Amino acid sequence: MNIDSFIETLALGVARERILSSDAARAPYECDGLTMFRVRPKLVVLPETTKEVSHVLKTCKAAGVPVVARGAGTGLSGGATPHADGVLLVMAKFNRIVAVDPLARTARVEPGVRNLAISEAVAPLGLYYAPDPSSQIACSIGGNIAENSGGVHCLKYGLTVHNVLAVTVALDDGEIVTFGSDAPDSPGLDLLALIIGSEGLLAIVLEVTVRLLPKPEETKVVMASFDDIEKAGAAVSAIIAHGIIPAGLEMMDKPALAAVEDFVKAGYPLDAEALLLCEVDGTVDEVADELAKVEQVLRDGGATELRIARDDAERLLFWKGRKSAFPAVGRISPDYYCMDGTIPRKHLAKVLKRMAEMSTEYGLRCANVFHAGDGNLHPLILFDANVPGELERAEAFGAAILELSVEVGGTITGEHGVGLEKIDQMCAQFSRAELAQFHALKAAFDETGILNPGKAVPTLNRCAEFGHLHVHHGELPHPELERF
Amino acid sequence: MADFVAEVSERLLAGTSVSVIGAGSRTRVGPARPANALSSRSHQGVVHYEPTELVITAKAGTSLTEIESMLAAEGQMLAFEPPRFSDESTFGGIVASGLAGPRRVAMGGVRDHILGVRLINGLGEHLRFGGEVMKNVAGFDVSRLQVGAFGQLGVLTEISMKVLPAPEVEETRCFQLMAEDALARLHQWGQKPLPISASHWRDGMLMVRLSGTARGVSAAMQILGGDPMLDAVQFWRGVRDLSDPVFRTDLPLWRLAVPPTTPATTCPLIAMDWHGGQRWTVAPQGDRSPFEWAQNVGGHARCEAPERPVSNWQQTLPEGVARLNRRIRFAMDPNGLINPEDEGLHHAN
Repeated sequence: MNIDSFIETLALGVARERILSSDAARAPYECDGLTMFRVRPKLVVLPETTKEVSHVLKTCKAAGVPVVARGAGTGLSGGATPHADGVLLVMAKFNRIVAVDPLARTARVEPGVRNLAISEAVAPLGLYYAPDPSSQIACSIGGNIAENSGGVHCLKYGLTVHNVLAVTVALDDGEIVTFGSDAPDSPGLDLLALIIGSEGLLAIVLEVTVRLLPKPEETKVVMASFDDIEKAGAAVSAIIAHGIIPAGLEMMDKPALAAVEDFVKAGYPLDAEALLLCEVDGTVDEVADELAKVEQVLRDGGATELRIARDDAERLLFWKGRKSAFPAVGRISPDYYCMDGTIPRKHLAKVLKRMAEMSTEYGLRCANVFHAGDGNLHPLILFDANVPGELERAEAFGAAILELSVEVGGTITGEHGVGLEKIDQMCAQFSRAELAQFHALKAAFDETGILNPGKAVPTLNRCAEFGHLHVHHGELPHPELERF
Repeated sequence: MADFVAEVSERLLAGTSVSVIGAGSRTRVGPARPANALSSRSHQGVVHYEPTELVITAKAGTSLTEIESMLAAEGQMLAFEPPRFSDESTFGGIVASGLAGPRRVAMGGVRDHILGVRLINGLGEHLRFGGEVMKNVAGFDVSRLQVGAFGQLGVLTEISMKVLPAPEVEETRCFQLMAEDALARLHQWGQKPLPISASHWRDGMLMVRLSGTARGVSAAMQILGGDPMLDAVQFWRGVRDLSDPVFRTDLPLWRLAVPPTTPATTCPLIAMDWHGGQRWTVAPQGDRSPFEWAQNVGGHARCEAPERPVSNWQQTLPEGVARLNRRIRFAMDPNGLINPEDEGLHHAN
């Protein structure tokens, strides 16, 4: 179809100045947080109303033009990488907090509202929105829905899917429907659960009702050093074995500590092989009980040093180090590549050992930050894209880490999503029949496949071409390991 | 006895329909199943349970009794407090019916704890979705989609569920309050970080359960006040399993799920749970008023009494949502072979 007449049709329902077609206007939208993939979209559209979104979708469906939705563009898996022949639907103008209900403890917000902005808006009521991805200062709630974002507190407080009550979406043909409600459940299938984490393949989010929590009365964090990473891993299991679900439980290895301490000066011990940050929250009495238990368990587990943050300022400093791990690593390496596998915690030592071997094998350094409580690993592979071959080696190293995660019974992505980045590794995690089932579900929403095509679920052909990874369950190395 | 998985797969591969039940203890809330329905009870056994990984994986026919006693031995629990309508109730039935007990208000429902499933789709393919890890966003969330689907999207064969430590201490406090005042009190407490794990109101009495550490619970008791309850464990079990006398009525029993802040005057009440989110009422045989009551406040109703009508027992879906329900069912079972008697369950009027 002729691009000019397509723009004309779009302009019947969307103000012309919010349809960007010039090279200069489209350039800033070439990539999301995964900057190694860059594609200039055919058009960028910035809708302001539900009606405009409907119109764009109807127009695109009629013309068979792909639509990629974009929130804040902070995603790390290329989920919002534009389509060269498609429309990039930028939801940034949907940025209003529509309503806050303090009694019901809910907020209705538009998808472009930033994650942290919700907590800031309801802070005077003593409430907050629990999921806190490290990018929370910038990432949008619509993007959080697409990725089912987590954060450092999700072992206790859950992921996006546990903290969202309802979403209103536009379907591929522009029809508006709502999944979920302010009631505890809804009749029929749980379509809300299906939409969350669907990476923009099923529908476009227009409004979100989130659940708010009362701010805990007291929060304490303890920092524990270990001279051996295996001991640190065992200490994590021991805390849980003692019946404690910490609000946050994070681990960093020596290379990560060095990078972070140099950047943030959080007072992390540089001689430790591993550092644990364990946060407990609740009422003053609950925290006192749990903290005493945690300290004992960590001591018994061989911690070489224990420090409890004296006050909130020090507690935030401890966390700042952890949350700044990515930029800190960015300072010591021209480029880094962040992975997102999740593993059963019991395999931590084995996986870290294998990664250290791979680091030598691929000739690239690797720093590890780890949501230890829920087994979500974020290895940061350090490389220099200007050195020929390093980017390819980094990608190969990353792929090997993801395959290792699957091999020990884990998953290729805990919270960043598949997007474009991990699409080939999907062939390692799922069989052909499982992938075919995903495609059938996609078709239930989007028969003609205009919503974010080519992302999240690989075609069966792609997996066939990706032969060395295309392994069915049971045919991976170590078939004796259960992987469910 | 023939292997359950083999039998289901063979029948589906041959294009023969199959109806499946667990122990059959949840038909009071789900669609009816024919007398020749295949039971998953023979497909039982815990596959994996490692307390420090906070996950249990078991075959779908495993009894809830077996799973919960195994967890209790390690000081853990299924935090959604599933109703146990019979000692035979199955793990698969828990997922298919998606029912949760009093603790749901604090800890979430079945859908908040499920991590992975294996299921046989309508093509007879044995598939695996999700896994045993807490965070997993690879592929669509087919596992969570099974919760409350009443087995319409496939035959569940294995389930992985998150488990949590059981609280150190539980105490229940009672308050004499009318429904409206009880709701106001609950929402006021809800804004504070109190360790409330359940609430139930009936006949001018509000019962509130506190769960947590010894000192945490005792401090919260000071704040809440109220009177102690002696047989609290028994009481909450009766609320959980709907075996408490309050649920025994001659008229059909209806369950309403509504926004918790809905005024108490919306409908005649026999009881409320979940800080007002779940309400129980009765209506004369054939009377469909509860659907209206629920719809008017943005909720939905379901007729639950054993003598409930066989059709039209749950709220009609909006047409757009109903269409997606049908299409998803088609995507999982294109020939409509699994539980075919449920045809039309999610049709809009």
